[in-house]
Amino acid sequence: MQLVILLIALGGLAAIGYYLARRKLLGAAARESIRPHSMPGYHGWYVAVWCALPSAVVLLIWLLFEERILEALLISSLGPEAAMLSGEMLGLLLNDIRNLAAGDAVSRAADPALLAAAERYGAMRDTARAALLGGGLALAAAGLAWSWHHVAPAFRARHRVEKMVRFALILASCVAVVTTVGIILSVLFESIRFFSIIPVGEFLFGLEWSPQTAIREDQIGSSGAFGAVPLFTGTLLITLIAMLVALPIGLFSAVYMAEFASPRVRNTVKPILEILAGVPTVVYGFFAALTVAPALRGFGNSIGLDVASESALAAGAVMGIMIIPFISSLSDDAIVAVPRSLREGSLAMGATRSETVVKVILPAALPGIVAACLLAVSRAIGETMIVVMAAGLAAKLTANPLDAVTTVTAQMVTLLVGDQEFDSAKTLAAFALGLALFLATLALNVLALYIARKYREQYE
Amino acid sequence: MIEKGWQTSERATRRLKKRYRRERRLKAAGILAIGLALGVLVLLLGSVISRGYPAFVKTEIALEITFDARLIDPSGSGEAKQLAKGKYGRALRQALFAKFPDVVERAERRNLTQLFSKAARFELREMILDQPDWIGTTQRVWLTAASDVDMLTKGSLPRDVPQAERRLNDQQLAWVDHFEAAGNLRTVFNGGFFTGSDSREPELAGIGGALAGSFWTLLITLVLAFPLGVAAAVYLQEFAPKNRLTDFIEVNINNLAAVPSIVFGLLGLAIFIQLFELPRSTAIVGGLTLMLMTLPTIIIATRAALAAVPPSIREAAHGVGASPVQVVSHHVLPLAMPGIMTGTIIGMARALGETAPLLMIGMVAFIVDIPSAPFDSATALPVQIFLWADSPERGFEEKMSAAIIVLLAFLIIMNALAVILRRRFETRW
Repeated sequence: MQLVILLIALGGLAAIGYYLARRKLLGAAARESIRPHSMPGYHGWYVAVWCALPSAVVLLIWLLFEERILEALLISSLGPEAAMLSGEMLGLLLNDIRNLAAGDAVSRAADPALLAAAERYGAMRDTARAALLGGGLALAAAGLAWSWHHVAPAFRARHRVEKMVRFALILASCVAVVTTVGIILSVLFESIRFFSIIPVGEFLFGLEWSPQTAIREDQIGSSGAFGAVPLFTGTLLITLIAMLVALPIGLFSAVYMAEFASPRVRNTVKPILEILAGVPTVVYGFFAALTVAPALRGFGNSIGLDVASESALAAGAVMGIMIIPFISSLSDDAIVAVPRSLREGSLAMGATRSETVVKVILPAALPGIVAACLLAVSRAIGETMIVVMAAGLAAKLTANPLDAVTTVTAQMVTLLVGDQEFDSAKTLAAFALGLALFLATLALNVLALYIARKYREQYE
Repeated sequence: MIEKGWQTSERATRRLKKRYRRERRLKAAGILAIGLALGVLVLLLGSVISRGYPAFVKTEIALEITFDARLIDPSGSGEAKQLAKGKYGRALRQALFAKFPDVVERAERRNLTQLFSKAARFELREMILDQPDWIGTTQRVWLTAASDVDMLTKGSLPRDVPQAERRLNDQQLAWVDHFEAAGNLRTVFNGGFFTGSDSREPELAGIGGALAGSFWTLLITLVLAFPLGVAAAVYLQEFAPKNRLTDFIEVNINNLAAVPSIVFGLLGLAIFIQLFELPRSTAIVGGLTLMLMTLPTIIIATRAALAAVPPSIREAAHGVGASPVQVVSHHVLPLAMPGIMTGTIIGMARALGETAPLLMIGMVAFIVDIPSAPFDSATALPVQIFLWADSPERGFEEKMSAAIIVLLAFLIIMNALAVILRRRFETRW
C-alpha cells in the first residue's frame, strides 16, 4: 500500500516540479527579457527527473533486498536458538512467522514466542515501509528543491537533459550484456557447486545417468549417478534425425523457391512455410506425442518392428519439421545473395538451370548454408518442449532411433520442475547441464556467425 | 522438343535429354519438399482442430429436481448464507433415484450419480441463490454431465468395445440413451471453457486462469522490453561510437537471440527467484524472464527499422538546428515506429508461445484461482497445454487441443496485426 502511495506521490511531485520549473523560467525570462538557452520543457524535465529518479532508485534497491534485510533482522531478534537451527528448519520457522504476520495458516501450533516474533516481524516491516515512504518523499523533495534552484534563463537545461537521455540509452543497451553475464554467472556458480559434489570427469564421461538422490540417508537408491554421456548421445541422436528431416526438405525448397518458382508462388508459399516457424513448440510437442508417435508405433508394429512409444524418431522428425523454415529461409538468403553475374555467366555458357544451381550457386552459397545448418543444430539441441513431451525420460546409451532416449533439455526440466531446495546435487545438475548446453549453442552460434561473415566478404 | 540440328551429334542429343531430365528431377524434388512441408503443416493443424473443436461445446442432462426446503433451507430463514450450505447433492441424488426407482443397489446408484459432473450440485446452488423462490418447487434444470458422458455423446468414446474396456458400463450407456431418447440430453456452447480455470475434472477445466496468467506475464514483458529494447537499439544505431564496447554489445545481442529459451529459464530461476527472492510461479517472474528473452528480438527489429530511415531526414533535421536527441526523438523514431511495432508484436507472439522458461521458474503448478495481479501464482496458456498433455483423463485431450486452437488464434491475430501494420504504415524511401 505504501508503495503505491509512494509511486503516486513521486509522479505527482515530478509533475509539480515540471510545472514549477517552467513557471520559474518563463517568469525569469519575461522579467529579464532575455531568451532562455533551452526551451521551457527541458527545464521542466530536468527538475522532474531529479525529483523522481533518486527515490525511484532507492525504492527499487529496497524492494530487491527488503526480504533479506528483514530476515536477517528477524533471525538476530530470535536469539541464539534460532541461529543454531539448520537451514531448512530455519526456513520453515521464518515461513511460519511470515504467514502468521500475514494472517495465513501455519504448519505448527502458534505458541506465544512465535506470535511475538510474528508481531515483531510485522512491526519491522511496517516501520521499514513507513521509513521508505518518508525517506523517499524527502529525497524527492530535496531533489526538486535542488534542481529547481538551478533553473534560470542562462541554465543549459537541454544539454543536461540530453546527457541524461544518452546515459539512459547506454544503460538500456547494457542490459543485453548484463543478461549474458547473468546467464554465465548464474549457471557457472551453480555448476561449480555441482562439480564440488560430483567430479567434472564423472559428469562428462560417466556412462550412467540416474539422478534420483535420496532425501533420507538410508533410502534405497541413494547413490545418484551423474554421468551425462547418455544425455549427450540422446541429444545428438535426436538432433541428427531432425537434421536428416530438415536439411533435404529445407534445402530443396529453398533452391526451388530461389531459382525456379515464379514470384507469385514464392510470395504465397514463403509466408506459409514461415507459419511452421511461428507455431509454438508446445504444439509441436503435442503433435509429436499424440499424432506422430502413435502412428509410428502402429506402423512399426504392422511391419514387425518394436518401436518405443516415446521413440527418438518421433521427437526427432517433428523437431526436423520445426526447423525446416529455419534452414529454408536462411539458405534462401544465402542463395539469393550469390551475385547475378555468377548465375548469368553459368547460364550463358550453356549450362541448364539445375547445373547452374548444383555446380555454381550452391558452392558459392555453401558457407551461408553451412552457417544456416549450424544455427539449426543449435536450435535443435536447445529445443525443449518437443523432447519433454515426446522423448523418454530414461537415459539410455543407444543409437537405435526406434528406442526411447532422453536429452539434456528434457532432463533439465525433469530435474527442476517441482519444489526442491537449491543445494541438492539433483537440482544443481540441471545447472551443469545448462552450462553444457549454453557453451555448445554459443560455440555453434559463434562458428556460424564467423562462417557467414567470412563468406560475405568474398563478393563485396 | 529437342530437334536434331546441324551441329548436334547423336550423343549430344542424348546427353541433352539426360541433362533436361536432371533439371526436371531437381525441380520435382523442390516441389516435393515444399509439398511435404505444407502437407505436414496441414496435418498438424488438422490434428489439432479435429481433436479440439468438440471442447467448445459440452453435454448437459436435464433433470426434474425437487428443491425440498428441508434439504436446502432447514432453518427456513431464506438467507443466502444458509442457502449456500444446503444439501444440493442430496437433492440431486433424490431426484435421480426417483427417476430410476428400480435402481436400488449402492454400486448401481453410484454409477448413476457418476453420470453427472461433480460440479452439478454447485450449479444447483447457484440456481437457488439466483432464484430463492424455487425452494419447495420442482423444476426441470440442465446440469453439466460428467466428462465420460460428454465424450460419449461427442463420439470420442467408442460404444462397440467390450464393457471391460469402456469407461461407462452397459447400464450407464442405457441410462444415457434413456436421457437422450426423452430429449433430456443436449450439447451447448461451453462458456466455462473460456472463463473457468484449471480443474481436476475435465468437464470443468477451462483456460480462463491460463489466459489471465498469460495476460499478466505478457503485460510485464511488454512494459519492460519495449522501452528497454527501443532505447538500446536507438543508442546502438544512432549514437554509439564505433568502438570495442559497442562491438561487444552487438555480439552479445546477436548471441542472446540464439541462446536456447530454457537457459533464460535457468537465469530467471537463479537471479529472480534465488537471488532476489521474488515469489515462485508468479507472472512477475515469468514476465521478467520472458522480457530478457524478447529483448534481443526487439532490439534487432528496431535497429533494422531505424536503419531504414534515410540519412537525408537526419541531415535535414540537423540542418535546421535540431540537437542529436531531437533528431532522433522528433523525426527518426516516429518514422521508424511502424517497423518497431511490427518487430515488437512478433517478439510478443514468440513470448506468448514460449513454455520452457516458464517451466523452469515454476509456473507449472495446478492453480485453481484466476490470477488478478502480477504477484499472484499463475500459469500461462502454453504451460496449461503442457499440463493437460500430462493428464491421464481422456477428456483433457480435447481440452488441450482446444487450448491450442485458442493459442494459435491469438498468434494468428498478432501476426496478422504485424503484417497489417507493415503494409499500412511502412514507407518505402
